[in-house]
Amino acid sequence: MDFSFTEEQTLLRNTVQSLLQDKYDFETRRKVSKTAEGWRPEIWAQFAELGLLAAPFSEEMGGLGGGAIENMIIMEEFGRHLVVEPYLETVVIAGGFLREGGTPAQQEAHIPGIIGGETIWTFAYAEPQGRYNLADLKTTAKKDGSGYTINGYKAVVIGAPWAQKLIVTARTSGGQRDRDGVSVFIVDKSAPGISTRDYPTVDGRRASEITFENVKVEADALIGQEGKGLPLVEKITDQAIAALSAEATGCMKELNTATVEYCKTRKQFGVPIGKFQVLQHRMVDMFMAYEQSVSMTYMVNLKLEEGDAERTKAAAGAKVQIGKAGRFVGQQAVQLHGGMGMTDELNVGHYFKRLTMIDTQFGNIDYQLKRYSEAA
Amino acid sequence: MDMRFSPEELAFRDEVREFIANNYPHELKGARRGEMSKEDILKWHRVLYKKGWVVPHWPVEYGGTGWTITQRYIWNEENARAETTPLLPFGLSMVGPVIYTFGNEEQKKRFLPGILSGDDWWCQGYSEPGSGSDLASLRTKAVREGDHYIVNGSKTWTTLAQHADWMFCLVRTDPDAKQQEGISFLLIDMKTPGITVRPIITMDGSHEVNEVFLEDVKVPAENLIGEENKGWTYAKFLLGNERSGIAGVARSKKAIERLKKLANAELLDGEPLMKTDEFSRKVAELEIDLSALEVTELRTLAAESKGRGPGPEASILKIKGTEIQQRITELAVEAVGNYALVEAPRLEVTGNEFVPGPEGSQGVAQDYFNMRKTSIYGGSNEIQHNIIAKMVLGL
Repeated sequence: MDFSFTEEQTLLRNTVQSLLQDKYDFETRRKVSKTAEGWRPEIWAQFAELGLLAAPFSEEMGGLGGGAIENMIIMEEFGRHLVVEPYLETVVIAGGFLREGGTPAQQEAHIPGIIGGETIWTFAYAEPQGRYNLADLKTTAKKDGSGYTINGYKAVVIGAPWAQKLIVTARTSGGQRDRDGVSVFIVDKSAPGISTRDYPTVDGRRASEITFENVKVEADALIGQEGKGLPLVEKITDQAIAALSAEATGCMKELNTATVEYCKTRKQFGVPIGKFQVLQHRMVDMFMAYEQSVSMTYMVNLKLEEGDAERTKAAAGAKVQIGKAGRFVGQQAVQLHGGMGMTDELNVGHYFKRLTMIDTQFGNIDYQLKRYSEAA
Repeated sequence: MDMRFSPEELAFRDEVREFIANNYPHELKGARRGEMSKEDILKWHRVLYKKGWVVPHWPVEYGGTGWTITQRYIWNEENARAETTPLLPFGLSMVGPVIYTFGNEEQKKRFLPGILSGDDWWCQGYSEPGSGSDLASLRTKAVREGDHYIVNGSKTWTTLAQHADWMFCLVRTDPDAKQQEGISFLLIDMKTPGITVRPIITMDGSHEVNEVFLEDVKVPAENLIGEENKGWTYAKFLLGNERSGIAGVARSKKAIERLKKLANAELLDGEPLMKTDEFSRKVAELEIDLSALEVTELRTLAAESKGRGPGPEASILKIKGTEIQQRITELAVEAVGNYALVEAPRLEVTGNEFVPGPEGSQGVAQDYFNMRKTSIYGGSNEIQHNIIAKMVLGL
């Protein structure tokens, strides 16, 4: 039993911290998210330079030989600074698909571009009718000569306006919600037949609706086995949940610190409002919600390599915990900051918004509760 | 005991329902206040002014309709049902009653007509950067110089001050008196030199609230309501009125209808989300909470019609009403799933015009973020708990 970080891991955290302290203050983040682009390619280049984009890849793949814990450290620090750049989509998710399901040729073709910061990826999986069911797919990929032709529509693809490459789930056989028949493809966003419409998200990112109309891909675009992609998709989304959990704990940590600090200094009725017992207990509950979330985050990140049932329970459980804790901590941080908590100029509302959206990504509390109880 | 409407009341309901159907400006249907122009916000007000129904809650001599409390309840219910633009409370429900209760004849003649017609837009100069829940600690000061007051200080969270012609303002006129005893109630023309309005953008991207800075603002002494240093009495009277309208039962009913529509359109494994156990139970709980609040409000209204209250029990309406309003928006975010992420355009947001997602899903997350204000404003819900603890339970 050991919950301590290695020297390398501590060093990684320090590296991320000092970069973000230097280059990712809240005002800059707020300004950037209001520009047309909505992100900073130059900060992405610095992530690459510092090796962050290489962290979870093995040394044979050109990475630093880390894994889930490295992702967790990076995502937690990103959460503290509300980083909008698509580390989750590019490194955790696309990197995950390539690492876990890619052929050596696919890994060789694509991982260097991720590590070097040259290629942004995103994950086009959700569809309007599917809610959180990863198998509910109307998008199809039909065998076409040696390759496939993809037709369909993907909803709320986060980071897509910034991406060159897409990981796309599509049905190669079976009924609309069958577990069998799901396949995973690598698709160039610039491929003929793809059209996108972009828009901002409420947490300061960008997303797209993507239409696929007779989009042709070669056989080597398929990740894993045709029609057998769902277990891989589930595994990778659980890795994404583990990373999101870490991001959420980073957000909560900042909110709790800010709230306690505010309640110590804000005076009403002649005393700091932190002297009122009802608010003290509230902040204790916020603190406990955070600590419980950290625990679940550690647990899920340590269990990503367990068997499917064990991993599913850990990921679903963590997602429920951070969903509930994120809502409580976010709402109460706003409440205790009073009117100030409602403003766009204070960071509190921005953490609250991000936490709210983390709950809606990859299955909210209800969805994951059900998933947990079915796996248990 | 009888909770049913009488035949006369039902006839009244049909009459107002028909009036709303025939007269509500159709171009406003479905509009959100955060996206409406000043003139749009006033359209319904002006229709009602012409009809003589703009202040049913005022005494007849000042423009009221003479309706019973039940009729007023029906009127509010029918407006919510038709989703009309809520009338702005600042003139009609806040300063208006203060003026006809505590103002002199001259002030009534001067200010009430503009409030009724909607020609004068009022804003509320209560909160200050250092005085939120502890309102009586306010520091904006007014010093009498001849026939004027010179006002210096700043107000904050001033709703829609960007459109305002007038502000009713709490100022400190006796710095040496005990907190509540040195406050006066002044009416300030927003065009007076020395007033600056600075927008505050809230996290949902709306521009509803503002900071108002007052620097050597010269206010004629005749704009003082009642007596100097007695302003706290009038301020409390006004806050009591603010609380009683805050339950928002009828509008919450309508919001639950919209929530159900969203949850019926959203599919989970091919089934409407509304049909799932988890979600339908949550909606049922919400409806039950709302039923309880509705009857609690009716009990308060009944007591009021017998000349009692609204006492500190009105704090129940504020706490429960806002909790329900917030919960509805929270469930709407859940209902919409992935599309909750989409940002809908607000006044200050980037020029985003493409807002994908099912009908009615646009801006649900922003509404949720925006509604967090309701447990903060009008006396935070913590303060309302204190009021009940002290005034009702005697703790």
